[in-house]
Amino acid sequence: MAEDRNPAPEGEGRVTWNGEPRPGDDAPDGLSAELRVPRSTFTLDVDLRVPAGEVLAVLGPNGAGKSTLLSALTGSVLPERGRVRLRERTWLDTDRGIDLPTHRRSVGLLAQRAMLFPHLSALDNVAFGPRAAGTRKRRARRTARDWLERLGLGELAGRAPARLSGGQAQRVALARALAADPDVLLLDEPLSALDVDAAPAMRGLLHRALGAQRGPCVLVTHDVLDAVVLADRVLVLDEGGVVERGRTGDVLARPRTAFTARVAGLNLVAGRATERGVELAGGRLRGHVVERVDPGAPAAATFSPTAVAVHRARPEGSPRNVLAVRLVGIEPRGDAIRLRGEHGPPGSGVALAADVTPSAVAELGLGTGEEVFFVVKATEVAVHPVSDG
Amino acid sequence: MTGRPFRPVRRRKQSSERVVGVPAPLWLPASCALGLIVLPVLGLFARVDPAGLPALLTSPAALSALELSLRTAVTATLLSVLLGAPLAVVLARARFPGTRLVRGAVLLPLVLPPVVGGLALLYLLGRTGPVGSLLDERFGLTIPYTTTAVVLAQTFVAMPFLVMGLEGALRAAGTEYERIAATLGAGPWLTFRRVTLPMLLPALGSSLVLTFARALGEFGATITFAGSLRGTTRTLPLAVYTEAQADVDAAVAMSLLLVGVALLVILVARPGGVQGRG
Repeated sequence: MAEDRNPAPEGEGRVTWNGEPRPGDDAPDGLSAELRVPRSTFTLDVDLRVPAGEVLAVLGPNGAGKSTLLSALTGSVLPERGRVRLRERTWLDTDRGIDLPTHRRSVGLLAQRAMLFPHLSALDNVAFGPRAAGTRKRRARRTARDWLERLGLGELAGRAPARLSGGQAQRVALARALAADPDVLLLDEPLSALDVDAAPAMRGLLHRALGAQRGPCVLVTHDVLDAVVLADRVLVLDEGGVVERGRTGDVLARPRTAFTARVAGLNLVAGRATERGVELAGGRLRGHVVERVDPGAPAAATFSPTAVAVHRARPEGSPRNVLAVRLVGIEPRGDAIRLRGEHGPPGSGVALAADVTPSAVAELGLGTGEEVFFVVKATEVAVHPVSDG
Repeated sequence: MTGRPFRPVRRRKQSSERVVGVPAPLWLPASCALGLIVLPVLGLFARVDPAGLPALLTSPAALSALELSLRTAVTATLLSVLLGAPLAVVLARARFPGTRLVRGAVLLPLVLPPVVGGLALLYLLGRTGPVGSLLDERFGLTIPYTTTAVVLAQTFVAMPFLVMGLEGALRAAGTEYERIAATLGAGPWLTFRRVTLPMLLPALGSSLVLTFARALGEFGATITFAGSLRGTTRTLPLAVYTEAQADVDAAVAMSLLLVGVALLVILVARPGGVQGRG
């Protein structure tokens, strides 16, 4: 329970629909949530605030609790303990037995798949929200047409969902969510089911649409690009808990967990700080200390995959950092080839990446499962402090 | 090694995809199964005397039985929809203790011999039964041996087809669309009317056909609970049974009527979507 530090005068004496007089709120225009949801493999334990007009990206590996978080916000999962508030309205308060059903929360959802109602045209799909709000059919359709046109989908109005491409369907689904005029917009991996050609256009559309949104927005994604393009702030979940949060740029520039580093495109190796680097279980990494870290304190070294040279044999007498790595993946990444490797014991080692040229891969004759050496200059390695726990 | 030249397997003329093979031992029993289904019906046709057929088909007994059959089967189907569709929704969506028990109960008429069902109805709604005596005393209503009894017997036996068909379709459709509707502000009733129901229509069609067909063919429960009174309770199957003991030609003619209706049902509705594929 957060204390009421700044009672909002406009909230005084006002009675919300559920008869609850609201004193103040710590996110007066936005969404605030504290949730605890036990699941079979983890327990989601999260608190978050999203001011009006802001987009919060929730990043995290699979099974980190991202979907559970959204389900708790929409109301399809009842948390063991929790509180969700939007402005002066309480959606959920397990202590006081308040639990608004989904349809009274005014929460728009754009999911992975468009899930357009198959028996309704694109136009009537978009008109569904206004109709549910009690608007007459003709006016609801006019609103729907406006939204379709605003998103550049005017010519699709009469189409049946079965006759839309994946990208088109997802855009219509966005129009449908926006036309319902939700107080909060939730996006659940909205680009992950689209093919590579459709995703950039949809991302651009979302960028414009979210920029125009007045309410708070929560975006669940595993793609850091979505967070960079769409979100003001980032929250990183792992095994149900918040491991990082902050402004998108800050978090991605200085990732503190392996997951964030990986999605941010950086290598991250955690260990104990030394004077000029990081002490690992199997060696040490020398680098430049970005922020002061006490020797012996938890620290992380980060370096870009493009700064890594790959060798077949251990380079002798090199002043550079040398990490023995077992290759676990080779995949194209733009013009380069990304080598994904593991340093340390199989399965529990540190995930590392190196970007090399295709010709280098051919020259070295690399294949997955092989032992190679990742070599990186100390000047390319940045050392950050890491919070305990 | 002789000099026999290696020849590639001859291609088929058209480049059609190779079908996954059926193991040879299955062909014989499969043919027998098909024969068991089709041959008796063909035998029925062989027994027909074409000259006398028109007269037999239009005899008052046949026509009255056909009319009664269609009337009761349609009513039973409607009743099954009105009561069974909500039950299907409850079974597919609601969570309450004993759901499994209820689902088992719904299956009961499917596994119970219809005669037993008819007997059960008779002892519940008969003049001395717990509900029947009440209806008799309070409202002067007697149900056994009336057309109403025919409809009830048919509904008892046929409704599970509808409930199971719709429940399967509801489960297959999942609740995702309903969740989306809720995020768009639609309450449960609106969601049901505008999302669940329209998406259920294809499955409803095929379930209706099966239900109707089962009601039309109902015999055991009807004869025990409603008797075989010409014009009021003697439906086509009962008429076939009755005639078979006296006038075989008439029985065969009426059987043909039933076969015709059955073929029509299969042609028109193809009840393949019973499992919810629509």
